[in-house]
Amino acid sequence: MTRRRPRGFLLHAVVVLGGLATLAPLLWMAGASFMQTGEANTYPPRFFPSEPTFEHYVHLFTRLDLARHFLNSAVVTVSVTLVSILVNAMAGYAFGKLRFRGRDRLFRLLLAGMMIPAQAGMLPLFLLLKQMGLVNTYLGVMIPSFASIFGIFLVRQYVLGVPDDLLDAARIDGAGEVRIFRTIVIPLILPILVTLGAFTFISAWNDFMWPLVVLSDGAKYTLPVALASLAGEHVQDTELMMAGSLLTILPVLVVFLLFQKVYFRGMMAGSIKG
Amino acid sequence: MSGVLERRQARAAWFFLAPALALIGFFFFLPILGGFVLSLTDFDIYAIGSPEIARFVGARNYAQVLHGWEFWNALRNTIYFVIVGGPLSVLASLGAALLLSARLVRLKGLFRTAYFAPVVTTLVAVAIVWRYLYHPRYGFLNYALGALGVGPIDWLGDPRWAMPAIILLAVWKNFGYNMLILTAGLQSIPEELYEAAEVDGASAWRRFRSITLPGLAPTFLFVGVITMIGYFQLFAEPYVMTQGGPLRSTTSVMLLMYEEGFRWWRMGKASAIAFLLFAIVLAGTLAQLRMRREAR
Repeated sequence: MTRRRPRGFLLHAVVVLGGLATLAPLLWMAGASFMQTGEANTYPPRFFPSEPTFEHYVHLFTRLDLARHFLNSAVVTVSVTLVSILVNAMAGYAFGKLRFRGRDRLFRLLLAGMMIPAQAGMLPLFLLLKQMGLVNTYLGVMIPSFASIFGIFLVRQYVLGVPDDLLDAARIDGAGEVRIFRTIVIPLILPILVTLGAFTFISAWNDFMWPLVVLSDGAKYTLPVALASLAGEHVQDTELMMAGSLLTILPVLVVFLLFQKVYFRGMMAGSIKG
Repeated sequence: MSGVLERRQARAAWFFLAPALALIGFFFFLPILGGFVLSLTDFDIYAIGSPEIARFVGARNYAQVLHGWEFWNALRNTIYFVIVGGPLSVLASLGAALLLSARLVRLKGLFRTAYFAPVVTTLVAVAIVWRYLYHPRYGFLNYALGALGVGPIDWLGDPRWAMPAIILLAVWKNFGYNMLILTAGLQSIPEELYEAAEVDGASAWRRFRSITLPGLAPTFLFVGVITMIGYFQLFAEPYVMTQGGPLRSTTSVMLLMYEEGFRWWRMGKASAIAFLLFAIVLAGTLAQLRMRREAR
């Protein structure tokens, strides 16, 4: 025991230092966002504001209309999350519990698609949406995310654990398939749907390249796109940009902290058996 | 089960599958195939208004891309990022996973959350934050290095340092993801193996080499493949931090594709670039799978 104490102390020192180093950029961001204009560009650099101010946040919401982009992002993210939960749950259930010809081959084809970087089809996708009149619309931003192979896979793995007897009993009682799905399956797989929701929310909120391509009207920009364009115009305004960055990160960080357990569980489910 | 029930179930299955299959088929697989067709045409800004004027040009786009300096430069930058950044990320992840799996460490959940936090953050936002951390005069990084006696580095202004700067950001942003997957891999190694080795008097290093590393092999394959696929798609970091500069030293293949396709609207040429990248990623994935099979 006596030999273990110094080693344990050293180990903890390393773990704590690693944690501080990891969080340092985010902490600096938070600190700088409350600094007086120009204070973030001083030598030596500071972590904490000398006289905290909210002026940059006020600036973002008054003159730069950040609330608009925040709302754009919120609408897009929440819609994508809700629709994709339903669409992926339905497909995952069919792959996991319903028998039909060609099921396994179809599922394998989808899984192989997971290895394709989605960007390979970005240009034709853009032209396709242009033909449909969906360029520069929110629907155009959202529609490619409404279904995801990963989401279907996640639900399917979980659905396999639902006992067949339960479903067959309901069928014998004369329940239709839609009703079985709604009243028996959904409640049973709710945990994985929450996980899927947290995943989708975070990745939809953070998405950058696709909204950048689809949206041309500045007023429609989602938050990350608006932030990137702001960063080009306000290179010198460090404190302002840090306030904008913090506001962009905050929602996903909150969702992550709230749903941490299910988020981690979903990652494990998606990786280990994959 | 009777035939009627079976048919009813199949009908229900297609009903449940229809939305997802339609969406994925139409907005994922179809564009991938379309991309190949597009790469064989001279689709440009004039064709966007009236697609019928685009003509079939065979492999001309590919010839043009492969003969130009731009593509090879972008490919070299991207491979630099993948080959240096990928292993560094996995190494950082492994270190963190081992650290947090140590029996002596308390409050594991808390530290895991802290280490993982950068993964969920918005890439654009943290790239902007790091741009200021890299400031040659006022940035924290040079301040810390100065304390160690290392002279100021012009991180994003020097063509030699811009890509290392982007790699450092990527390692910081991503290591938590693989850390978690490797942690799960570590937990799947039976505890008895370690106990038996300890009884036999094997050193910590020996136990790591003979039990931990082989036990993690399947996890490493998974982590290696997804990290490589992800890193080949480098885009937002250079877009926000360097715009591909200085001297095009951080222009990635994706950034080049974006510029060709969505800035200059040379969609045919851009599609050829996208497809070349896709082929390279696929080859890389297959190579990793084969290496693994041979090692076994």
